[in-house]
Amino acid sequence: MANHGSNGSSDDLTFPLEIPPAKIRFTKLFIGGEFVDSVSGKTFETIDPRTGETIARVSEGDKEDIDLAVGAARRAFDHGPWPRLPGAARAKIMHKFADLIDQHIEELATLDTLNAGKLFSWGKAVDIPSVANTLRYFAGAADKIHGQVLKMSRELHAYTLLEPIGVVGLIIPWNFPSTMFFVKVSPALAAGCTMVVKPAEQTPLSALFYAHLAKEAGIPDGVINVVSGYGPTAGAALTSHMNVDKVSFTGSTEVGRKVMQAAAASNLKTVSLELGGKSPLLIFDDADIDQAADLALLGVMHNKGEVCVAGSRVLVQEAIYDEFVKTLVEKAKEWVVGDPFHPNSRVGPQVDKKQYEKVMSYIEHGKREGATLLTGGKPAAKKGYYIEPTVFTDVTDDMMIVKDEIFGPVMVLMKFKTMEDGIRAANNTRYGLAAGIVTKSLDTANTVSRSIRAGVIWINCYFAFDNDCPFGGYKSSGFGRDEGMVGLQKYLQVKSVVTPLYNSPWQ
Amino acid sequence: MASRTVSWLLARSLSSSGPRSALLPRGKKLGLVSRGGIHRYNSTAAAAEEPITPPVTVPHTQLLINGKFVDAASGRTFQTLDPRTGEVIANVAEGDAEDVNRAVAAARKAFDEGPWPRLPAFERQKILLKCADLVDKHNDEIAALETWDNGKPYEQAAKVEVPMFARLFRYYAGWADKIHGLTVPADGPYHVQTLHEPIGVAGQIIPWNFPLLMFAWKVGPALATGNTIVLKTAEQTPLSALYVARLFHEAGLPEGVLNIISGFGPTAGAALASHMDVDKLAFTGSTETGKIVLELGAKSNLKPVTLELGGKSPFIVCEDADVDQAVELAHFALFFNQGQCCCAGSRTFVHEKVYDEFVEKAKARASRRSVGDPFKAGIEQGPQVDSEQFEKILKYIRSGVECGATLETGGERYGSKGYYVQPTVFSNVKDDMLIAKDEIFGPVQSILKFKDLNEVIKRSNATRYGLAAGVFTQNIDTANTLIRALRVGTVWVNTFDIFDAAIPFGGYKMSGHGREKGIYSLSNYLQVKAVVTPLKNPAWL
Repeated sequence: MANHGSNGSSDDLTFPLEIPPAKIRFTKLFIGGEFVDSVSGKTFETIDPRTGETIARVSEGDKEDIDLAVGAARRAFDHGPWPRLPGAARAKIMHKFADLIDQHIEELATLDTLNAGKLFSWGKAVDIPSVANTLRYFAGAADKIHGQVLKMSRELHAYTLLEPIGVVGLIIPWNFPSTMFFVKVSPALAAGCTMVVKPAEQTPLSALFYAHLAKEAGIPDGVINVVSGYGPTAGAALTSHMNVDKVSFTGSTEVGRKVMQAAAASNLKTVSLELGGKSPLLIFDDADIDQAADLALLGVMHNKGEVCVAGSRVLVQEAIYDEFVKTLVEKAKEWVVGDPFHPNSRVGPQVDKKQYEKVMSYIEHGKREGATLLTGGKPAAKKGYYIEPTVFTDVTDDMMIVKDEIFGPVMVLMKFKTMEDGIRAANNTRYGLAAGIVTKSLDTANTVSRSIRAGVIWINCYFAFDNDCPFGGYKSSGFGRDEGMVGLQKYLQVKSVVTPLYNSPWQ
Repeated sequence: MASRTVSWLLARSLSSSGPRSALLPRGKKLGLVSRGGIHRYNSTAAAAEEPITPPVTVPHTQLLINGKFVDAASGRTFQTLDPRTGEVIANVAEGDAEDVNRAVAAARKAFDEGPWPRLPAFERQKILLKCADLVDKHNDEIAALETWDNGKPYEQAAKVEVPMFARLFRYYAGWADKIHGLTVPADGPYHVQTLHEPIGVAGQIIPWNFPLLMFAWKVGPALATGNTIVLKTAEQTPLSALYVARLFHEAGLPEGVLNIISGFGPTAGAALASHMDVDKLAFTGSTETGKIVLELGAKSNLKPVTLELGGKSPFIVCEDADVDQAVELAHFALFFNQGQCCCAGSRTFVHEKVYDEFVEKAKARASRRSVGDPFKAGIEQGPQVDSEQFEKILKYIRSGVECGATLETGGERYGSKGYYVQPTVFSNVKDDMLIAKDEIFGPVQSILKFKDLNEVIKRSNATRYGLAAGVFTQNIDTANTLIRALRVGTVWVNTFDIFDAAIPFGGYKMSGHGREKGIYSLSNYLQVKAVVTPLKNPAWL
């Protein structure tokens, strides 16, 4: 997460760059190994957030398409080779899949930039290579799924089998279309599950491309199905489907609640939810102010603030507060808004008009509620969904901009006195996804790490994601973990097998 | 993948006229043994023919130290022989204490200062995956070298062992980024964690019966966990290790991380085992040598030692057995790899109800075993590795005859050239006979009769060894009782010699210490460091 080093003097980077016309190769649903039109024949527009113009029309999946996709996944699970392959054989195919992604990095990064306004340079250097590595990580896990032989209290022999859970529904958000696709698909593949993936309606393009690569890699038909469409139709059909054994959802807390309700109302499928956040970054008196300011800006401006773990509440201890503010305002200028294809841009457009308007309305709320606007606060271009990096200070706990997830480049800056105050403020939220700590003190780091009710704590770093590092939320940020060997568990059922034992020489 | 494919390939290459039974453990119903086989070993034709010219040249004969092929410090070489003929394949640099010192110094430097342990585990994984890819690419040449040097059937090397080698490295590659320490509960306000750190410089000594697979069992976990290595190969089979080690360097393994010393046990091996700068030693070989290795470890720097040693593994055929399948499996359990397996099922215990039928059919099956030039297609058995082994086996056969066991078939050398031995079956073997007690390490099956389960458990365990056992029964209670009662590191039930990467392997009693393969093997190459620090006002404990 290095600083790009650009010095933000220019303010006209938002003019859309001419990019090589991207061939949009895949716009249909992917079901049972084939690209097909939706049953209704309907399509929807997918938009370039740099301009608001249409990139392509994509098949709009609905309940009937979900039925077809679940049917294909069900057959692939119940009768197909995938769950019956040894883990090592699944791994081999997954490695091939990863290699194919490596061969298409530029094209895939282009799709995510066009579709989500994400920085192209970042996608090319980080996001897309990382998803190949996520696949490789879980490929390496596919032959390391161990049950246990148990210690029974009588003459019984017993062991656990970790079996693939079956057909899984994976609902992916638009902020990291590639990363989130593979954070869910990779462990499900490793476990031997089959799946129906619903990408966000804002960003269907890379997911459909991955479906194509999956087939090319040799993943059997029906194992991965991709149905593009909307939440209330396709998403709801998936979460309430009687033949889906598990749903893994990443998105807003509001929708997460609906997913869980649908699961409860249908077949009690297991659910894991990775939802919203309002994550604190605590900066203590002993912090290096430069480093702290860099981390604070990275934490909330990266990916234009469209990050569930965004460090959107920055809590600074009072002795360094004033100096920190000065440094922060200065450094905020480095976060240049511009066309995400431009190598000097660090902040692209919000994903769509709705998000843009939501973020702008929060900024207006902040002003109305009496917070001080330190920097930013305005649209950053005449066209497209660009917003200036924005920092509010003088906020109070009851302000909406302090309580709600804004999902945009908007930081609220707060002051705290003692460590206890800082911890209290950090935990004063219904969310619990992540937190950052900047300090040189070992004791502060250790105490705060245990005190904050959140799924990941970054000490003197932020966004330190890793394939081996589990990730997920406390409280209303959801439940279940993605990534790491822990991330595999939710795609597995535990079966205990017990049989009497006669004349055993030991117990 | 591994076990099923391997089994199928083994079945294909090892029992061309028999069923695939023994080798397909997953509940397939199998056909009967074909009665049409010919007693091929009675013909000396195969061995008398001119040996097939191996389709490979010997690319490397020097020691591999610090990423470079170098001569021995002494300039000396030794001959590595073709077991088909006893003729010289190549002169190989003979490593000695001085060479071991050089190699350990290189490994030490690579560990203390080099990039390997400092690479992110994920990067180590990538290099190991590349190693596996390169081995796949050179599969046939590597297999040909292995057969030439060792005498094992080429089909077995090419279709099973070299692919298994690549498979093992892919398996360990996947571990590299999943080596987890623990956070540990404390009795008071302390934060406690364990770091699993690479142990340092590993000395590894491997045998000649599976030169490549033993390489993979040892080198795979050591590299995945970030160690550096000095590997001493067996003097009988130095060639394949040098070849694959070169490929590993092509794949990006930094210099000094993997050093290969060819040479003899009393010189190179002893120097490695007693080296003060070697942090860990792993040895596979005879129990006799294992004792020396352990002593040297104790006498020098107390390096931890893992040992995978000899065996005299029982193969128990219960009364409910389908005799045809049992015969095939027991045959495979003993004769595979010319009987040169530490876990060979070398005591075939057969229930009295099926004993006579079993003996007759085991004799027929052994008589049908195709012996000959291992480069020839369809050959099940090649020569023993060298004259010493060859002579030792013939001596044990004589001892079996002398002490009154019934020689059912075989019993002599096969042909007139090289180290071929006829597939040999003894019946009426008694527990106190030498052939029932000692590890013969050759194609000599000893069949013993038993009456009841408790008796066979007692007799099976009445050995100083405890490496493996085979159990052949359809009865779940019999199976479960035997599984727990047998004092051995592996029990194969209705199958044998399944060696998946994830299945741990090792011995009880004098068959050794520690386990190789699987998650268990990682701990051989890791130090555990506990880290403790006080917590101020922790939110929970």
